Amino acid sequence: MTWLNQVVQGVLLGGYYAILAAGLALLFGVMRIVNLAHGDLAILGAYLTLVLTDHGVNAFVALAVVLPVMGLAGVALHRVVLERSLRSGMLVPLLSTFGLAIVIQNLLFEKFGADQRSINIGSLAYDSWTITSEITVGKLPVLILCVAIAVLLGLQLFLSKTSLGRAMRATAEDPDTAELVGVNSRAVYALATALALATAALAGTFLGMRQTFDPYAGPTQLIFAFEAVVIGGMTLWGTLVGGIVLGVAQTIGYQMVAEGWIKDVWGGAGAGDVVFLAVLAARLIIAGVDARGGVAAVLGRAT
Amino acid sequence: MTLLAVENLDARHGLLQAVREVSLSMSEGETLALVGANGAGKTTLLRTIAGAHRPVSGRVVFDGRDITRMSAHKRVREGIALVPEGRRLFANLTVEENLSLAARAGRPGRWTVERVMETFPMLDPLRRRRAGRLSGGEQQATAIGRALMTNPRVLLLDEVSLGLAPVAVEGVYASLRSLIESGTTILLVEQDLNRALSVANRVACMLEGRIVLEGPAAEMTRERVIEAYFGLRRGSTNGAPA
Repeated sequence: MTWLNQVVQGVLLGGYYAILAAGLALLFGVMRIVNLAHGDLAILGAYLTLVLTDHGVNAFVALAVVLPVMGLAGVALHRVVLERSLRSGMLVPLLSTFGLAIVIQNLLFEKFGADQRSINIGSLAYDSWTITSEITVGKLPVLILCVAIAVLLGLQLFLSKTSLGRAMRATAEDPDTAELVGVNSRAVYALATALALATAALAGTFLGMRQTFDPYAGPTQLIFAFEAVVIGGMTLWGTLVGGIVLGVAQTIGYQMVAEGWIKDVWGGAGAGDVVFLAVLAARLIIAGVDARGGVAAVLGRAT
Repeated sequence: MTLLAVENLDARHGLLQAVREVSLSMSEGETLALVGANGAGKTTLLRTIAGAHRPVSGRVVFDGRDITRMSAHKRVREGIALVPEGRRLFANLTVEENLSLAARAGRPGRWTVERVMETFPMLDPLRRRRAGRLSGGEQQATAIGRALMTNPRVLLLDEVSLGLAPVAVEGVYASLRSLIESGTTILLVEQDLNRALSVANRVACMLEGRIVLEGPAAEMTRERVIEAYFGLRRGSTNGAPA
């Protein structure tokens, strides 16, 4: 039952990873940018919420302010950094977002210091439902998973049912041709960045409600988001699948550490890394077999 | 009345000068066929008119307005639509999505999804199919339909018959004729000289980035165009218009 409980907790943790990974997958899908500042932008969002809750604002009310503000920051980020970087090829955005990550970390450190902080949400932080004597689920993790599903559903409906969503899919496929049928690809990119930053801030705020964070917490979150995206296969709902697989692997890893079966590597999150690497290796092997199969087929026909 | 004019246009791809000092003008309702060998600069000229390529110098004037610096999506709103070489459909979007996407940003007008389906009946059963899974002819019809959905005043067609089966080419040209009869201004690039001469009322031939021959289709003979096409008697042909 302990193990089953860990699986349930892992699934719930996957909800958080899905929200975190959604923005990373969106930016990669639409603009082909790997945003190395994604984790730090999430932490920035958490600090913005924290500032408001410190002034007595309810955390969920604060989100109603923080998400649009981060969305606007996304528009600015596109105009000032991403658009310029993209003009110089695929590698420059990688460098510029890496630089941005360092800037955000150090600005947060300047302003808030190295203290571990968390966002106060009263008793919701520890309220739970008891399912069986062995399994209890926290209300907050359940809420986060529900929000994750709502966010992904919302994004999917936006992309498939609205004309702006169609324009975004078209731009993702071929920005030059999208321009030729009247789509303002620059505005579409700005909107994608805005959505990515808003979801990052949402994820960061949930992280701050679940646990503690500090100015340098971003890179770890970036790695988790990246792992979830890769495990899930770069698609929208894939981020939920990847998030849940990663979450379950991590909670089981923690349990294995607790049982003394494995050594404590990075507090058990190492099990998530192992799953990520295994999925990555499997993908490469399958792709390699495909490539050889293709060559063999061509050679077979030629001879 | 002149609807579209290109004045002393120079366009480059890096060090390669693809379009040199090209001047061209089109009246409303006219059909101009642009012929020339591969690499003569036809595609670059069309893309520069559509706003997909920035010229080094010269002007593009549309309906009396200088649009040289205008972005491609704004030109669509003004009434310029390009059917790009190689069709360039959005492969992951359905036929209907490809069409309605173009309607969103284009000008108001008579073209609707239903009208495109009437013009290209072969697309009707394929509405919900992904564009990437269409045959070449079906893709070309969708690409033309997508351009028409923006209700263009000038339609730029880049090698619409390239890579199509002869039957599909017939189908595409049959629908082009009905477009021409309805008064749409068309600038088309075509490799098939006979077809170009039969469908257009004016022909221009490009060679190494310049327009070396231009005139009414009725006054053009195959021989004259072929000379200009290959540059056989350079300097003794009509030369570029001023």
